[in-house]
Parts: sequence; structure tokens; C-alpha cells
Amino acid sequence: MSALHICLDHRAADGFRLAVDFSLPGTGVTALYGPSGSGKTTLLDCVAGLRTVRGGNIALGEQHWQDARRTLPAWQRGIGYVFQDARLFPHLSVRDNLLYGVARQPTGAPVQFDEAVAWLELGDLLQRQPDTLSAGQRQRVAIGRALLAAQRLVLLDEPLANLDYEATRQCLRGLKNIAGQHRLPMLYVSHDIEEVSELADHIALLEGGNLVGQGSLIDMCSRIDSRLAHEEQAAAIVSGTVARHDHAYGLSELGVAGQTLWVNQLHEDIGSARRVRIPARDVSLCRAKPEGTSILNVFRVTIAEIEDSGDARLLLRLALGDQFLLARITRKSATELRFAVGDEVFAQVKSAALLMEAL
Amino acid sequence: MPLSPAELDAIALTLALAAVTTALLLLLGTPLAWWLSRQRGSLGAFIEALVALPLILPPTVLGFYLLLLLAPDTPVGRLWQQVTGTQLAFSFSALVIGSVLYSLPFVVQPLQAAFTRVPAGLLQAAATLGANPADQFRSIVLPLCRRSFLVAASLGFAHTVGEFGVVLMIGGNIPGETQVLSIALYDHVETLRFAEAHRLAAGLVIFSVALLFALYRGAGTTPWRLRA
Repeated sequence: MSALHICLDHRAADGFRLAVDFSLPGTGVTALYGPSGSGKTTLLDCVAGLRTVRGGNIALGEQHWQDARRTLPAWQRGIGYVFQDARLFPHLSVRDNLLYGVARQPTGAPVQFDEAVAWLELGDLLQRQPDTLSAGQRQRVAIGRALLAAQRLVLLDEPLANLDYEATRQCLRGLKNIAGQHRLPMLYVSHDIEEVSELADHIALLEGGNLVGQGSLIDMCSRIDSRLAHEEQAAAIVSGTVARHDHAYGLSELGVAGQTLWVNQLHEDIGSARRVRIPARDVSLCRAKPEGTSILNVFRVTIAEIEDSGDARLLLRLALGDQFLLARITRKSATELRFAVGDEVFAQVKSAALLMEAL
Repeated sequence: MPLSPAELDAIALTLALAAVTTALLLLLGTPLAWWLSRQRGSLGAFIEALVALPLILPPTVLGFYLLLLLAPDTPVGRLWQQVTGTQLAFSFSALVIGSVLYSLPFVVQPLQAAFTRVPAGLLQAAATLGANPADQFRSIVLPLCRRSFLVAASLGFAHTVGEFGVVLMIGGNIPGETQVLSIALYDHVETLRFAEAHRLAAGLVIFSVALLFALYRGAGTTPWRLRA
């Protein structure tokens, strides 16, 4: 599939300047990640054609959506857009909302009605009117409506921002099902790294109207020079293979680079792959293999990088086979234990969150 | 006592005038109201003031200026004469022109208010789903504002049935051509035929009350709710 090129230089009335020039992969889920006010939604609206910034250049593959000569209107771009507020049409049933875009497409869409209904668990809602739905249900319908209309690209603007925990999980599951099909590329705006970790393959970091980095999610999460690694919620993502189920203790064993990671019991078959998110603040280091500890997950790792910014805490990148963990420890401990790049140490992992799987 | 042929003519003429006027008003008033609902500058405010003028101006003022504008020796009157071969002033067509102007606010204002209430976000959503502006209007705005169209049409119709001053100024009192109900009523009173006058007056009162009652009763029931 073709890449998305975005080149914009726009100064808003309030002095905010959005200046970006980059390409994003035309497959999988790309997260546009950044704090509020970093220009994410403006960028998304420009890609959608809901907003036109003078002098901008936007193209999806060979098709120019905006250049010096013309701007393709939103209704001709073959996109689907999921807004933060669902924006369902109040006079149409759920079914008719879902079909609104389908009827207006020049050619058949990559996603069929029945598929979208199954992925997003909408079967029981089809005859309902939007004002009888909960916030989470409305958002799932909105996702389905955008998905069914999209020919080339799905845009999502913090679709889970206003939902409670249960509704968020349900929407995420739906999105995960969609992403797992790899039929349409998605551009996903968010400021929630856990949401992004669940969904994205690729991540682009926006800050103050500028692109400050982009790369694969797993790589960017554990890169010490990336802003992601310095957030309070910083966490590395590792993938493992289901090795064994321990029914007696309600746990499962994941094989990660030849070592063992215990997680809550899974239902997957032996041999299937799962991704796990390990927060930097939940990883501690020992010189010797810890004995008599209640912590189950201990890995033999090699210190790959140490970042000392002069703060009370340091950030370490640890190699676990060809994958990486992050650890945040005090400078005092690091000095006393004389940790240096290349040292083999033991990493104790206090928590590991399993990322969701698609259908 | 049955209605006289002249009275039946007046009723038919009034209904025809109101129907034609309402149809024209919906045709012209809808785009005007849509345009006004998207305006925030002073041009929009000025046009809004012009549209509202018939609400406060004595109808005779409007009728007087229209008479001057439509008279046979004016450019408009001459053009009309050349194209149709008939005189414009004191004709049914003149009544229609006067009625359209006079009832304009009754159609434009409810429509404009309804259009303003349609959230812009819904139209954006429709655009991203592949609907062009005309399609957005037809598939989103029209159904969401259905009730307001009913209100606008009813008020425009009723107000046209009830007008007097403008009609008298530019239509005169020609039976079968420009003598509408309110003029016929005035005629009866002038000639001291109070029984006949009563019949027409009471009929108009009953018609108006029935129409307004039906409108206001329906106002409470809306098939959907707009969410913020």
C-alpha cells in the first residue's frame, strides 16, 4: 500500500505553529502521539480535508489530496473518520448510520457490513436509535460507520477519550480486531500510551507542532533517546511465545529469548505469540541472582545503554536476546552497584501487562 | 344561507394565492435561511434586518412602494408588459409578489433557527462519509429540520391568507382576480352587510385557530433528539 505524505506549515491565529514534513507507512496502525496542544487534531483534520491550511501538501501514494493547484474535498478522499464525540446521525437507526457511507462509495469497500458488525459486536444494536445507546456503544457504531465508508484510510481522533474503563476495553477489542485484518491503514491520534501500545505498529511523536521522531512502536518505546522512554508511564514492549499453562496456580509461561516470563493464565494454544508491556519503574536490578524473592520474573540481561541526565533517577536499556527492557533506578543504587554498559545483571520484573489480542 | 359565487371565488383565490406564495417562499426562503444561518458578519445581519422588516412595517408602506415599483410606467412594469402582454399592477401576479415579500420572515426565521441548531460536526461527519454539500443538506439537514419546514410552511400560508394592507394597495378589489377573503370581508362591512361579514370573519378565526393549535400541539413530539 502507498505511503501518506504530509507537508504543512501553518501559523494559527493564536500564534501556534504547525510545521511538519514527513511520510507515514501506508499499512497497519500509525499512532500520532503527543500531549494536547501538539497539533495532532489539526494535522488529522488537514489529512481528512475538513480543514485547509494554505500552502500545504498532502498525498496518499500517487493521489494528491492537497497541493498548490487544488484541494480534494473531504467527500472525495475515500476516508473514514472517527471523531472524539461519535457524531451519529440522530434521525437514523444504527443500521442506517452504518450504511450511510456505504451507499456513497463509488466502488465496493475493503470491509463488508457483516464483518464490521461482528468485529465491533454491533449485532444487537442494529435496530436501535442513537439516543438509546451508551457512550461506548455509540463510539463502536461510529467506528463501524467510518470503517465501512473507508476505501483508503481510516482516521481516528482520540476515539476512546470520553469512555469509561469497560467501554474503552470493548472499543479497543473492536479496533484490535479491525487492525488485525490489515485491510485498511489507520492513523490514530492519541495522548494515551497504553491505548497506543495496544493498537499501533508505528508511532509518530508530535510536540509543539513539530514531529520529533517516528519509528516502529516496539523500537520507539525502548529507545532511550526517544521522548517516550522518559514519560512517567514509560514501558518496554516484549513479545513472547506461550510455552506452558500452569492451571494449579492460574498462570502461564511465556518464552522470551530463551527465558521465562510468568503471566496471568492465558487461553491461547502453546506456541502462539503474545505481547507484554513492562513499565520501566517496575524493573529493578541485582548484581547476583536474587534468592528467596517473591518476584517470579527474573531475567538475565545485559546493560545496553545508561542515560544519566543528572536527576535522582537513571534510565537503563537492557538487552534480553534481541529485545529490550527499560529500567528506572536511583542514581545512588547505580553508583553503589557500579553498573556499566556491557555488564550482565539480573532484572526483577514486578509487573507485566499483557496486551490484548484480536479475534 | 349558502355562500355567494363571489365569496366562493374569493375563497378559491385566497387559497390559490396562499398555496403559490408558500411554494415560492419555501423555494426561495430555504437557500436564504441556509445562507443566513452560516453568516456571522454584518452583511448577514443587514439582510436579516431586511427580511424581518415586514414584521414591524405597516403593510401599506410595503404595498405603496410595491405599487410604485410595479406600475405600468416603471422598468419592472414595462418588462412584465412586454414579456407577458398583461399589466402587472392589480393582477394576481402582483399579489403573489407582494405576499412573498410580506410573508418572508414567517418562513425564513423558523428555518434559519432550525438550520443554526444543526451541529456543524454532523455535516463534517457526513462529508468524511462521502456526502457532498447538496447531499449533506438533503440527507442530514432536511430530515433534522422537518418540523421547522412544516411550521414555516404553515405560518407562511396562514399569514398570506390573513393579509390585507399589501393586497389592497397593489391588487385593488377586482372580483375573481384580486379580491381575496380579507378584501371581500372589508367590502361587506363597507356596504353594511354585517351578516355576510360575520360569516367570513368567523371562518377566518376558526381556520387560524385550528391551524395554530395543530402546530403547537405537534411541537411537543419530536421523533429524535439532538445531542450536544
